[in-house]
Amino acid sequence: MTRFRANIPSSEITPESLYMSRRQWMKWAAVGAAGATLAACAPGSSSAGSSAPAATPVKGTVIPGQTDELGNKLNSLADITHYNNYYEFTTSKEDVAPMSTGFSTDGWQVEVGGLVNKPGKFSVDELIKKYSPEERIYRLRCVEAWSMVVPWMGFSLAKLLKDVEPQSGAQYVAFTTLQAPDRFPGQKDPSYPWPYSEGLRLDEAMNDLAIFGTGLYGKPLPAQDGAPIRLVVPWKYGFKSIKAIVTIDLVAEMPKTMWSSIASNEYGFYANVNPQVDHPRWSQATERRIGELGRRPTLMFNGYAEQVASLYTKLDLRANY
Amino acid sequence: MQRKKRRSYGWLQVCVHMAALLPLAWLTWQATQGALTANPIQAAEQRTGDTAITLLLLSLACTPLLTITQFAPFQRFRRPLGVYAFLYASIHFSLFVGLDYLFDFRAIWADTSGKRYIWVGLAAFVGLIPLAATSFTRMMRRMGKDWKRLHRVVYAVAVLAVIHFAWVVKGDLSRLQGDIARPALAVVVVALLLAARLPAVRKRLRRT
Repeated sequence: MTRFRANIPSSEITPESLYMSRRQWMKWAAVGAAGATLAACAPGSSSAGSSAPAATPVKGTVIPGQTDELGNKLNSLADITHYNNYYEFTTSKEDVAPMSTGFSTDGWQVEVGGLVNKPGKFSVDELIKKYSPEERIYRLRCVEAWSMVVPWMGFSLAKLLKDVEPQSGAQYVAFTTLQAPDRFPGQKDPSYPWPYSEGLRLDEAMNDLAIFGTGLYGKPLPAQDGAPIRLVVPWKYGFKSIKAIVTIDLVAEMPKTMWSSIASNEYGFYANVNPQVDHPRWSQATERRIGELGRRPTLMFNGYAEQVASLYTKLDLRANY
Repeated sequence: MQRKKRRSYGWLQVCVHMAALLPLAWLTWQATQGALTANPIQAAEQRTGDTAITLLLLSLACTPLLTITQFAPFQRFRRPLGVYAFLYASIHFSLFVGLDYLFDFRAIWADTSGKRYIWVGLAAFVGLIPLAATSFTRMMRRMGKDWKRLHRVVYAVAVLAVIHFAWVVKGDLSRLQGDIARPALAVVVVALLLAARLPAVRKRLRRT
């Protein structure tokens, strides 16, 4: 298998308080002071973890010079936490970080139901304890033609789905985000059919690459990145990776998704990264990697063709964009 | 009408130049500080585009404002505002070709050939070039009536620029969804400014 899987089992991850040097702590704190200083937003500012002068790489954190399996450098924590598409807060990518600072995820529960033998309501803490998240370094390709390389912490969807025992009629998995306009001011905009909803075919969801993201750079997931639990489906455009999930339903029919119900000609159900199929208004052939000049060619399935192309052998990808 | 002493309002002229250069200075300063979001190229492209359209519309607002207020200096803001609009449009264009695509014209063609917003924006920019090139007093004198005729192209440029803006933002004017407030405002302003040129409207503006 490729290197998207961390070489270190998460069980070996030392609690951060034990390993973090005082200096590292101070850096984390500086970055954590969300957007308080513009310096923290500087695209050139390196991530706290990778710039630490640690002599021995610390388990579970990002090792200096660590890359994805294709040799791409990681984006900084500052970039990943200050450039977010999260319409529940605002449509401005830069303003999500300051607007989400007070977002509490205490006692968050996820309800798993539909065509399963063992439906249930699980607290995120419970899920994290049970499925012990591991580090997954994934490229994230936004439908807006920019991309980042992100060291997520997460666990495979398959683990949870197997445990709830899907029934034979279950063909798709539908996800929805929390509906709470008092906490998500963007949900007061009536031109969007809130709550955000997304879906996967069951076999897509069972692919090992598809994870629930619960952390970033070895730390709990920041609010602006979809805390406390989100989807990460790296071979699809970013909008498929729904944030702040509260319900997961196994269903027989292809579920409605928010973006495809707003503009089905622009955002399909599959939304696989595909340089050959353009968005009607812009090209998907190239992308800007955040932090770089110029453009990179976009890779088929975002570079994960080896792992996922077999899911789509019977599908016309031009018609099913 | 009351006869006023002719005043030059030179300081006002200076203010206009400073105000027009301020967005560029601020952008440059932020860029050197790394404060242009995680996606600084796109931020710079968007902001130079915004400024270019704003200055173009302000330039077009001068004549109706002069008609309404009879405040003579408006007449003299038109040209600098228009030339600065061209300056920002040039930077906008150069950022796209130079920094965004690093002069990779094959990639630009592959990415943009089918995209209507690109062509409309490019047409607006190309339309501004002869106007900027003939913006000197000497050219104005030499061209006489043709100068005025040529410079009517600016109306088309304004319409194209606003369409470019409306098509490029993440949102949809026809569905009233997304980031449409600013392009919608630009559409309204350009419509008003063009309407102000209609003879019937002009006459009425003068009377009030």
